Amino acid sequence: MTKKHVSTTINGDAIEFLCDPNDTLLDVLRKELSLTGTKEGCGSGDCGACSITLDERLVCSCLVLGVEAEGKNIGTIEGVSNKDQLHVIQEKFLEHAALQCGICTPGLIVSTQALLKENSNPTEEEARYYLAGNLCRCTGYDKIIRAVLDAADVMRGAA
Amino acid sequence: MSEVKEYKYIGQRSIRPDGFEKVTGRANYGSDLNLPGMIWGKILRSPHAHAKILSIDYAKAEALSGVLSIATHDDFPDLPVEAVVAGEGTANLRDLAQNLLADEKVLYHGHAILAVAAISEAIAEKAVNLVEVEYEILKPVLDIREATADDAPILHDDMFTKGLEEVPTVASNVAARTEFRKGDVEVGFADADIIIEREFYTPTVHQGYIEPHATTVSYDESGQSMVWCSTQGHFDVRASTAKLLGLSLNKLKVVASEIGGGFGGKTIVYLEPVAHILSKKSGRPVKMIMSREEVFKGSGPGSATRIWVKIGAKNDGTITAMQSNMSFEAGAFKGSPAMLGGMTIFTPYDVEHMYAECYDVVVNKPKVAAYRAPGAPQAEYAAEMVVSELAAKLDIDPIEFRLQNAAKEGTQTIYGPKMKAVGLVECLEAAKNSPHYQSALKANQGRGIAAGFWFNIGGMSSVTINMNPDGTGTIVEGSPDIGGSRASMQMMAAEATGIAMDKFKPIIADTENVAYNASTGGSRTTFATGMAVIEAGEDIVQQMKERAAAVWNVTAAQVDWIDGVAVNTAAENRLTAAEICAGVGRTGGQISGRANINARGAGPSFAVHVCDVEVDMETGKVDVIRYTAIQDAGKAIHPSYVEGQYQGGAVQGIGWALNEEYVYNEDGILQNPGFLDYRIPLASDLPMIETIIVEVPNAYHPYGVRGVGETGIIPPLAAVAYAVSDAIKAPVTDLPCSPPNVLKIIQSK
Ligand code: FES
Ligand code: FES
Repeated sequence: MTKKHVSTTINGDAIEFLCDPNDTLLDVLRKELSLTGTKEGCGSGDCGACSITLDERLVCSCLVLGVEAEGKNIGTIEGVSNKDQLHVIQEKFLEHAALQCGICTPGLIVSTQALLKENSNPTEEEARYYLAGNLCRCTGYDKIIRAVLDAADVMRGAA
Repeated sequence: MSEVKEYKYIGQRSIRPDGFEKVTGRANYGSDLNLPGMIWGKILRSPHAHAKILSIDYAKAEALSGVLSIATHDDFPDLPVEAVVAGEGTANLRDLAQNLLADEKVLYHGHAILAVAAISEAIAEKAVNLVEVEYEILKPVLDIREATADDAPILHDDMFTKGLEEVPTVASNVAARTEFRKGDVEVGFADADIIIEREFYTPTVHQGYIEPHATTVSYDESGQSMVWCSTQGHFDVRASTAKLLGLSLNKLKVVASEIGGGFGGKTIVYLEPVAHILSKKSGRPVKMIMSREEVFKGSGPGSATRIWVKIGAKNDGTITAMQSNMSFEAGAFKGSPAMLGGMTIFTPYDVEHMYAECYDVVVNKPKVAAYRAPGAPQAEYAAEMVVSELAAKLDIDPIEFRLQNAAKEGTQTIYGPKMKAVGLVECLEAAKNSPHYQSALKANQGRGIAAGFWFNIGGMSSVTINMNPDGTGTIVEGSPDIGGSRASMQMMAAEATGIAMDKFKPIIADTENVAYNASTGGSRTTFATGMAVIEAGEDIVQQMKERAAAVWNVTAAQVDWIDGVAVNTAAENRLTAAEICAGVGRTGGQISGRANINARGAGPSFAVHVCDVEVDMETGKVDVIRYTAIQDAGKAIHPSYVEGQYQGGAVQGIGWALNEEYVYNEDGILQNPGFLDYRIPLASDLPMIETIIVEVPNAYHPYGVRGVGETGIIPPLAAVAYAVSDAIKAPVTDLPCSPPNVLKIIQSK
């Protein structure tokens, strides 16, 4: 199989990579580019651990092909904080103990960021439905939802 | 416990020290390590549930360009029948090897047969598909009834039931029978005014950790290897891998990656010994990652059960006798938690007459692994359903009924010891007084109450705290941190030394950098490793005092230690920990605190859950609308992570009660090995989970800690299912309470 050449932007960096036509974007991120912050829980679009943004749209990177990144703007967990400053969502996840094992956390933080971009003042129910694609087996979601709603409050106040 | 101790650090809600790496994606989990020259291993799994392997021909796979090594069962040395530690129980070494790579028979759909390592995942996968296996297909045995039928196909010709009065002469799928007895149930039942008996069924479920099993193994020519893996216990991975491959322990360095959930399922080896064989044969580091489908097919599950329960009570609400006959599926190899079921089933109750018979039954499903309080959720589900039904029939409030019969200090357990101080009564009182329990229900809603008991364990933990020249320190521990335990260790070190929390950095060391630690399991880590941290901290305080005494030319007895500062009682001199550490060159070298302990006195943790559901009578769909989890923590070191354990356990139990089950077709082929069809709870399925932390200190821990990790999964099964039966006004016996199952009960009323 001949590799394809792809030019893209990841977390603001101009990146080029080679991949097989059937490689998923998740594989490219994790294996080619060593961006292992994006996690794989299922490889079939069911768990949300691999959540990233593709031109601002929230997607499961296990369902996107590497070649589809051509000319796109990709956002991953590695791009959420600003230099040595955590994003409010990250701070709130820590403050509320919204992670136990932490494997779902990168996906949830990326999804929460997308949620709050679309809806700066979600109700508990809206947050629960928006994040329904992100499985967490450890927390029972209670503290995650609290962290999300608290982050929303702070971000609105700060905006 | 008259006086309430004042603590400076523990009980706070501090930020976990490993949190920053985890919210930024920098933390490295099982599949995140890549090494130069690394290749990929893949496993060939059985398409049949039960078959003889007639031949394996891997010539084509071996010939494929890019394939560097192949592993089969023949790569294991001859193994003795010997037990090795596996989670909260033990596994037989030979069974373990046969589970890793099948020998003459495959015993479940997904049973591993052979592994290939190749320069890419794609080539490894292609090679696996080129392997030709000839099978003689046998009829599968898919549940306890089939397994124990007279003409049942036998999984293991050499398995004879243990624990029978007469030594059996024919092989059986029943591996063992055990019983627990206290008093005489016949006497107790004769005393009863009312007796209820029912049989319950719970399906095969999976722990459902989001991170699949993964490992990278690198063997070098000197015979040393490094095993990187996601595990609850890297020392036990080392022990079983060494045993399976005939290696001494010092040849294996096992590094525990961050772990993406385990719940008991990451206490045994699936990939590591196989990757080791592949690495040794190829001379290259080998990485193996299970797909989600493989996780469901080849790892985990928790036992399906059939449990019959009979309970008698007097009209005044006194329970007179409790009896059970329970069978637990072990999967393909013996070793279900049936015995633990027998030990836990009636333990929330102080009743004179009890009897439990437990059967361990093999079936053509994956070998079960520990799953959070193994055995207890299923067993206590059955008992709690009948207890609630009795309360209703006697027209007694279900909490009052439990209070009247509750186990407390001095209660004789069915399995041996008498109860020490425990918090069941306190949990029941807290439940009774909770706003939730006081609230009213609407139409089509129901409420369930259930209690839960789990022993908790202690065991071996080793900790070193190395102080730095500036008075900061590193806590070197060896208990994989699965849910925030580093934060608790940091707090306990601060409490024990009086040195501020942020001066300590906790790390999880590999098997070469700290002495043996038992696995993170049995709710032992905060209790036992915490105890070791406290002892190591006290060791540091002692040394600090001696060093200060040396500086002042007094005896250590003349030095006080107050909030991390040495004080000379005679002369009012003071030396901070940082000053002492800076001056160690003059007082005898660096300071390290050390504790290698075998912690005893783990305090049982009781819980009581209250659950409200609403049932859609047309579809049978159940929604949990309010939920409260109440549990005794002894002392909550970090309340947020304690609440997190309650909430997480509750929700796993809600999933078990409502939707989760392995679905097999009649040939024993697993129909739902994915998160789409094996449906664990989503954020949108749930309300907030209210929590109440009860604290009845455990006298055997310096700060009163009880393990809290497991108990929380026990009560939800009955709390949810009884709430459903309360809503639909008909008894529920079989889990899950999925829409079709509930609808069936509604329609057959
Ligand atoms: S890994 Fe992409 S959704 Fe699970
Ligand atoms: S914290 Fe473990 S899966 Fe969410």
